[in-house]
Amino acid sequence: MEVTLRIKRYNPESDAKAHFEEYRVDVEGTDRVLDALNQVKWYQDGTLTYRRSCAHGICGSDAMRINGRNRLACKVLMQDLGKRVTLEPLMGFKVEKDLLVDMEKFFDAYKSIKPYLIADDAPSHGERRQSPEQRHRFDDTTKCILCAACTTSCPITWTNDEWVGPAAVVNAHRFIFDSRDQGAAERLRILNRGDSGVWRCRTIFNCTDACPRDIKVTEAIEQVKRALIYDQV
Amino acid sequence: MAYHRYDAVIVGAGGAGLMAAIQLAGKANIAVVSKLYPTRSHTGAAQGGISAALGNVEEDHWEWHMYDTVKGGDYLVDQDAAEVLAREAIDAVLELEHMGLPFNRTPDGRIDQRRFGGHSRNFGEGPVRRACYAADRTGHMIIQTLYQQGIKHNVNFFDEHHLVDILFTDDGECCGVVTYELKTGELHIIHAKTVLIASGGYGRVFKITSNALAGTGDGIALAYRHGVPLMDMEFYQFHPTGLYKLGILVSEAARGEGGVVRNSEGEAFAARYAPTMKDLAPRDMMSRFIHQEIREGRGIDGKDYVLLDVSHLPPEVIDEKLPDVTDFARVYLGVEPKKEGIPIQPTAHYAMGGLPTNVEGQVIADPAGSVVPGFYSAGEAACVSVHGANRLGTNSLVDLVVFGRRAGKQMYRDIQEKDFAPLPANPEERAREEIETLLGRDKGERVADIRKTMQEVMMDDVSVVRTESGLREAQATIRQLKNAYCNAAIMDRGRVYNSDLTEALELGCMLDLAETIVRGCIERTESRGAHYREDYQQRDDKNWLAHSMIYRTPDGGMRSDKKPIVITTFEPKERKY
Repeated sequence: MEVTLRIKRYNPESDAKAHFEEYRVDVEGTDRVLDALNQVKWYQDGTLTYRRSCAHGICGSDAMRINGRNRLACKVLMQDLGKRVTLEPLMGFKVEKDLLVDMEKFFDAYKSIKPYLIADDAPSHGERRQSPEQRHRFDDTTKCILCAACTTSCPITWTNDEWVGPAAVVNAHRFIFDSRDQGAAERLRILNRGDSGVWRCRTIFNCTDACPRDIKVTEAIEQVKRALIYDQV
Repeated sequence: MAYHRYDAVIVGAGGAGLMAAIQLAGKANIAVVSKLYPTRSHTGAAQGGISAALGNVEEDHWEWHMYDTVKGGDYLVDQDAAEVLAREAIDAVLELEHMGLPFNRTPDGRIDQRRFGGHSRNFGEGPVRRACYAADRTGHMIIQTLYQQGIKHNVNFFDEHHLVDILFTDDGECCGVVTYELKTGELHIIHAKTVLIASGGYGRVFKITSNALAGTGDGIALAYRHGVPLMDMEFYQFHPTGLYKLGILVSEAARGEGGVVRNSEGEAFAARYAPTMKDLAPRDMMSRFIHQEIREGRGIDGKDYVLLDVSHLPPEVIDEKLPDVTDFARVYLGVEPKKEGIPIQPTAHYAMGGLPTNVEGQVIADPAGSVVPGFYSAGEAACVSVHGANRLGTNSLVDLVVFGRRAGKQMYRDIQEKDFAPLPANPEERAREEIETLLGRDKGERVADIRKTMQEVMMDDVSVVRTESGLREAQATIRQLKNAYCNAAIMDRGRVYNSDLTEALELGCMLDLAETIVRGCIERTESRGAHYREDYQQRDDKNWLAHSMIYRTPDGGMRSDKKPIVITTFEPKERKY
């Protein structure tokens, strides 16, 4: 089927500001948006720029706005989008070129919540014990692929540079609720800060809608808030 | 142009690279270079598990794991390396747990384990539960955990730097790399005492592949251009269960949990070919069984695919243990695995071959095992060789952590003892010329066309079943494509994030590798593991119980050699499952 891609373009070496360009592609309904983008890049306009790698929703490279919603280009099929498809870069981060945004702020926020196991009790032999129930407690948030779809769908991100964003909270949650971890207090202190912490969250659910891994992001954020109020981990 | 100096530079931020980096972090001045962000590395796509004879759920011994690895590799495995792999897997998996990796657990809180293809109890008696796993995203958990450790240890990451050259002195000592910074188009010379190539595999040489678009073998190809040999390139694994037409991996864990592959008659045909291991026969065999069924007209609707059936498994097993792979079937094929079979076909998955190394990760220059000073490799880019002619499922992840760790430790010893070797004059010249040539050419052959033809011919003639005539055709085609590549033109002339340029550079690497694969296939006149020659169907231990090595000659041609394999424990036998 023939589809028109309306792609927001910006080349910092030649454009004063971003503009839309249209491309016609011939695709199968089961093709991914990424396949359509590749068709443009490989056969029509080699200057079109976006990130991509695994092409099946695991590496987290190709989050972008597809018809206004944050999605992975490799996880949305053309048959679900209609004849005109609008593709734009993620909002809230500086656009470097076309659909590719600066991720530094995103990874800085991620690093700020100490995203690694804090524990000094590794046994001298064998593994730490953890029951299936304890393991299940943080299962959902281990699925995060750091694609930034949630963080850049959050209106608070668009207006507040300090806010760590949903993805950082999700990754904090992954450790706070891990029975092996001893750093919950430290992370909760970071997430209790005024401008950057979880209290910036207004429970809008954009993040949950945007997550390509179906993580219940808002719920995870709420659990962190509750941990702060009720001291429950 | 920028200049940096580090004790160690690690190219590739997947499992092997990060595991090496963690050994060195805090003790040496190191840099990790990736053309992606580290968590985008293809280790993250690994699904089913990482084997170690922990014996948490049933009796197991590392000797059994070693035996399975050797037999699975059709006896082309170096057995000293397989012993290291199987022994150290146990510690490596525990180390991952200590770092925080969230493995699935047994009721008593230990790491849970499940069955996987080719892994057996008591030297082949039947399947054993050896694969430690985290749902069906074990690789994702490994890459996340290792990256987290990298952050914890303040590792210097050069994210989105594309490797464009590896530097050697006139005496053949490795002394650094040249990278192209995607964001600025600037070249960086990284002068180093030691260099580790952990840049992964090259599945993108083939049309149907489970590999990421980034899987283009850059590090291997660049080393080859400097005269470093490549080993066992003819051994490329086709995973039996890739999603039809897309090649996306559906983990062997689906069969480990009880799934079966069915033909158009509904028959679970693997039992006919492999009565003991059935659907858990090794991947090379399963891929050939599927190929045979399709050829005999038992593909679904007469087409070139069969069905992976997990519909008889309890729904909670699917949701708990196979959530991602069943989701792939829903998203990409519109199939509900709880009710119907998943259309699958063999997909190019894993390079057993690569840069030859010893068990310390040091790259070797010849069949005698002479070390290339300062030069290391680990992971899929390397060939230790623990996978021989066919890798067992889960052993890639074991390889990453065991030999990534060993390489890191050996690099540390090396760093203590040696000084910086001098850089060659104008170290960036070769890379700069290659880039400027591509940027300066106004018109010429289209990169996408060359790449597509290469991928098609490699799939048609150099995949599951090979013949001399097909291979000769492929050889001629690759030669033409290499000529065409000399006139390739790109459209983007910019400096900022020029992925048009980097895709062209990647194609150049893949063409070199395709040429060595085909050459290896033509020369090896036997069938062994993943290399199946229809015109030489038997294994020929008399002539071919040896690794192949291919060198690039200064005139751009190729020279080949053989390297004896190491047998310590298990004499080669016929391989039955």
